[in-house]
Amino acid sequence: MSAEANRGLHYEENLLWEKERCDHPGVDFPEPQNTALRTGTGARGPIGLPQVSEPQAIRHFVKMSTWNYSIDHGLFPLGSCTMKHNPRLNEKLARLPGFAQIHPMQPESTVQGALKLMYELQNWLAELTGLPGVCLAPAAGAHGELAGVMTIKRAHEQLGNKGRTVMLIPDSAHGTNPATAAMCGYSVKTISTKDTGRLTVAAFMEALGDGKDVAGMMVTNPNTCGLFESEMQEIAHILHKAGGYFYCDGANFNALVGKIRPGAFGVDVMHINLHKTFSTPHGGGGPGSGPICTTEELAPYVPVPTVAKDGETYSLEWEDARPDTLGRLKAFQGQFGMHVRALAYMMSHGADGLKQVAEDAVLSANYIMARLSDDFHVPFEGPCMHECLLSDKNQKDAGVTTLDMAKALCENGFHPMTVYFPLVVSGAMLIEPTETESKETIDGFISVMKDFAADVRAGDTDKFHEFPESTPRRRLDEVKAARNPVLRWSGS
Amino acid sequence: MRYLPQTKQSRAEMLQAVGASSVDELFKDVPKDAFIDGLANLPLHQGELEVERALGAYANQNMAAPEGPFFLGAGTYYHHIPASVDTIIQRSEYLTAYTPYQPEIAQGTLQMIFEFQTFIAQLTGQEVANASLYDGATATAEAALMAMRVTKRSKVVIGNALHPHYRGTLKSYMGNLGSTLEDGAPDDDTACVIIQSPDFYGKPELYEDWRRQCNETGALLVVVVNEIVSLGLLPAPVEADIVCGEAQSIGLPMSFGGPHLGFFACQEKYLRQMPGRLCGMTEDKDGKRGFVLTLSTREQHIRREKATSNICTNQGLCALAFTVHMSLLGEDGFRQLAKLNHEAACRLADGVAQVKGVKLLSETFFNEFVIELSKPSTEVVEALISKGIVAGYALDDNQLLLCATEMTTDVDIELLCDALKEVLA
Repeated sequence: MSAEANRGLHYEENLLWEKERCDHPGVDFPEPQNTALRTGTGARGPIGLPQVSEPQAIRHFVKMSTWNYSIDHGLFPLGSCTMKHNPRLNEKLARLPGFAQIHPMQPESTVQGALKLMYELQNWLAELTGLPGVCLAPAAGAHGELAGVMTIKRAHEQLGNKGRTVMLIPDSAHGTNPATAAMCGYSVKTISTKDTGRLTVAAFMEALGDGKDVAGMMVTNPNTCGLFESEMQEIAHILHKAGGYFYCDGANFNALVGKIRPGAFGVDVMHINLHKTFSTPHGGGGPGSGPICTTEELAPYVPVPTVAKDGETYSLEWEDARPDTLGRLKAFQGQFGMHVRALAYMMSHGADGLKQVAEDAVLSANYIMARLSDDFHVPFEGPCMHECLLSDKNQKDAGVTTLDMAKALCENGFHPMTVYFPLVVSGAMLIEPTETESKETIDGFISVMKDFAADVRAGDTDKFHEFPESTPRRRLDEVKAARNPVLRWSGS
Repeated sequence: MRYLPQTKQSRAEMLQAVGASSVDELFKDVPKDAFIDGLANLPLHQGELEVERALGAYANQNMAAPEGPFFLGAGTYYHHIPASVDTIIQRSEYLTAYTPYQPEIAQGTLQMIFEFQTFIAQLTGQEVANASLYDGATATAEAALMAMRVTKRSKVVIGNALHPHYRGTLKSYMGNLGSTLEDGAPDDDTACVIIQSPDFYGKPELYEDWRRQCNETGALLVVVVNEIVSLGLLPAPVEADIVCGEAQSIGLPMSFGGPHLGFFACQEKYLRQMPGRLCGMTEDKDGKRGFVLTLSTREQHIRREKATSNICTNQGLCALAFTVHMSLLGEDGFRQLAKLNHEAACRLADGVAQVKGVKLLSETFFNEFVIELSKPSTEVVEALISKGIVAGYALDDNQLLLCATEMTTDVDIELLCDALKEVLA
């Protein structure tokens, strides 16, 4: 790709390895003294790394950045992903030397401020979920799920409950749920929700059977159809009587935060995505952070470490203090930089602001559903919670699918919604606006979606298969990528 | 509330459009007793200044590395980060983007991941690498799980001194599946043998003998590297089937243990058993080169309980920090950095060995080594803290693990030696 391909502010940019090689790097070091090696090994041969100066490196990454859409560009309505505004105060605080430049194995006397921050975050999460046992260690949502299900497994082991090998999971669940259950050695039994988009006592009872082999149940609530599971309390009660534990996937906690406590509808353990509800940046796919919150009963089994307070002194608790723990699930004590950001977010909002978050998020999603329900198929009646589910049923016979509309949104300056998920609805479009979008922005999105529906009704459908046209790249050949994988640069 | 754009009027208009008289009507499916009565028992919202003041005070209670001589390593390393790294990763387009599911509007992230994968493959001497994992410990656990899938065996052997947190993580992951974790050498039931290099005590490993044992038993050789700077000086572990570990040293602050950057590389023949996200090259409709997430049929959102792992994110922004830092270092800079680390460690080792009551135990090392003291190491570490020195990681009894990097100055070494003389006297 040559410079001639650039147009206006649209840039092409080669891979680092394809750029002209600079004869010196983009850092200046003192000259090594080349003393004899004491490594006991031979020396490294040529690695093949590229080499550029600092201005070349900066331009490289800045040009590439212009090819990305982000929450700072506009609406990012990915359902179940909670793409909300990322306050920059939180970035500033996480970078204070007293947080960023401390080592996880420093003596505890030298990191009391960091431990105090973690302790307070534990307390905020306990109060908001109504689940007092908090462990901040898990690194992401899926890792929190793993920690949560392992907590259940550990509890059964320690309590001597044998033969509980089954995890009940609704068919609308995120793929991580069954994958997590499998990683924990459980077999998965599916609960059907196809007809109503909701979990019913009847469908649950059918999957439960006599319940003797059931270790627990993994449910997202609000669920992935954007609905609150109205029979949740009763189902949880039956599950508990059968000796199982209720794991709640906290991906959709943004609908509840500050207003509703999951502990009160029967949850035993749940993970919280700090990168969703509490706005730590998604960063193009991580880092996340997935603390878990449990009942008093399950608290002894959660991973190490947890933070304890004795008088005015804070400390990390390990296996010696917590002999029933399932052990550790990563190195050190968690994604601490994300803990700083999340607590700053919580303190900024306060109890009043967090409640407003849930209310605005739910109101905005219902507003979108109400405004689009004449144009698009609504598989399940509302009210919805913080996300609304539509499908392409009204459009696909004219040859315009959910994928086409997603790509048309890219063409019109929006990020698409979550598409083809949940799997229980054909051509699903799951739209989560979040509370950080103004009505003006939401109206802009609604107007574009209504235009799509009108175009389809008018038979103006060919263009949908061409979109997007104005983006840095047009539709990419995913089959080619998978059939002949090229996963690294290896010379032209 | 400064982060919420809705107004009284816009809320009223939306409620009207929805046909609800109050927002609580929208929560009608929620049981009454699950509602928080009024507000949660937490403080009310605060301005930016108040939050900054409060959390700034917490930060000030910690002893940050730049405050004094710092010799602690043990899996997290204190290195210099060029200013432009943090400038780039704070760009909105990278910081506030999602996982690149819509490749037409995420090519920046995708090309960066492709470059990251290339850097990791080159550094580790492996054929392919993924888009990153949570950290070195979970990457090691994922390597063991992958080896179990490849070999259809359930025993994992730790061959040398593995970081204790990595060992603990492995134990938890293995325990789930009823598989066993042992120390020693591989046999015919072994899925893989795990070798850390440099090992937890800083000693670089030689791989030939482990490779031979793996060939004889059919076990995979997993090499764990948690000081990735060492790969600029030590030979690449080309003998390995899987190389994984921690890349925090390039571009990421210590940050009290996270977020850090797990990496995972292997031979191409195991590609379809790999965990985590992969970015691949392809073309768009106009024939222009572009990148997409690929081979997702391994992953949880497609395969559900049959997936290679439950992982759905990587450490995207951390991988970006690494990639920017590596681009600045380049071939010459990366090799210089490795050499400077080793030379700093040599000077530190020679310095402390002169102190009465100190004996250098490590014969070979990269940037970290073990000394024996005439007093219990935990006491010595605490005594040095009171002198403003973070001395290292206290091992059992009288042993201390000391680390030097390019941050370590001759003055730092002198201060440590003088302080040790006093403390050990």
